[in-house]
Amino acid sequence: MSTTTDTRQALPVGTWQLDPVHSTIGFEVDYMGGAFRGQFREVTAELDAEGETPILTGSAKVASADLKDENLTAHIQSPDFFDAERFPALSFESSEIDRAGDQITVRGGITIKGVEKPVELTGTLGEPITDPYGRERISLKLDTKIDRQEFGVNWNVPLPDGTPALADEVKLAAELYLVREA
Amino acid sequence: MKVLAISGSLRRDSYNTKLLRAAEELLPPEVDFVLYPGVKDVPPYDEEDDVQPAPMAVAALRSAIREADAVLFATPEYNSSVPGSLKNALDWVSRPVATNPLRNKPVAVVGASTGAFGAVWAQAELRKILAAIGARIVDAEVAVGHAPTRFDEAGRLEDEELQDQLQETVEALLAETRARALVLV
Repeated sequence: MSTTTDTRQALPVGTWQLDPVHSTIGFEVDYMGGAFRGQFREVTAELDAEGETPILTGSAKVASADLKDENLTAHIQSPDFFDAERFPALSFESSEIDRAGDQITVRGGITIKGVEKPVELTGTLGEPITDPYGRERISLKLDTKIDRQEFGVNWNVPLPDGTPALADEVKLAAELYLVREA
Repeated sequence: MKVLAISGSLRRDSYNTKLLRAAEELLPPEVDFVLYPGVKDVPPYDEEDDVQPAPMAVAALRSAIREADAVLFATPEYNSSVPGSLKNALDWVSRPVATNPLRNKPVAVVGASTGAFGAVWAQAELRKILAAIGARIVDAEVAVGHAPTRFDEAGRLEDEELQDQLQETVEALLAETRARALVLV
């Protein structure tokens, strides 16, 4: 008999596809004492919880990055930032998912600008609800912090006192609404 | 493949133009080299004039960059930075940012000056400007200091180390251009 207590709980069985209209993948980075935010308008995600090891995958199209200024939107797609021409998408694939109640921890690899790094996402998983069309939906909210320098996204400009204007730490936040495949 | 060369110095006997000509000599025969003749004709940037059709000199420059597969810049250094005429020309080219012809374009920057340092600060500034515009900047540098003493009568760089650096810069630019062509296929 095992002496350890396994607190892992299964995920709701099924293959869950993204409802893109109600989902957001955004980023936030400190800039000159404030915060600089944006989101990707074209994203994909799937949670495959059919087998023993559930797998969460997702991607965001760099060209769909949406910021409040068109010049900034253009700039972050250039080789200075994401280099969208050469690396059109950011992607994620999980290796391990732990759930304890509504708390969820997802470990896996995130690929930005062609560089893959391990990452841990934490957040919440809602209980399935049935929508008016009879489809089951779940909410999955995850966030993490990454160091953009590790991915070669290293643009910066010094402030008058010499400190860099743009922080290296970037918060990524995904609010995913997933629908169970019939 | 077509390489457009833009000199930041307008003078007829410019050392920077000579440096571009020296680079031309290092290109393989299948590469077309065009030295852009019209930077001096570009008017001062005025948003009121930045309409369609663009001023002729601006349209010509935008079109020359769009048609080129890569751009090689040579800049002198005026007051620790790039000449105003070059910056002005790039300001025209850069707009609108999202569709400007330098976006993703492989570019390299070299420079010559009569002083000791070969326009290194101007080159750094030019790389910063080109990065903001969205160009794909090759990580290579040639700084020809004491320029009046560096070229032989045929316009070739006499210093072997500088010649090697220019060769490396040209090769890096061509490699980046070929890599981009593969992505765009």
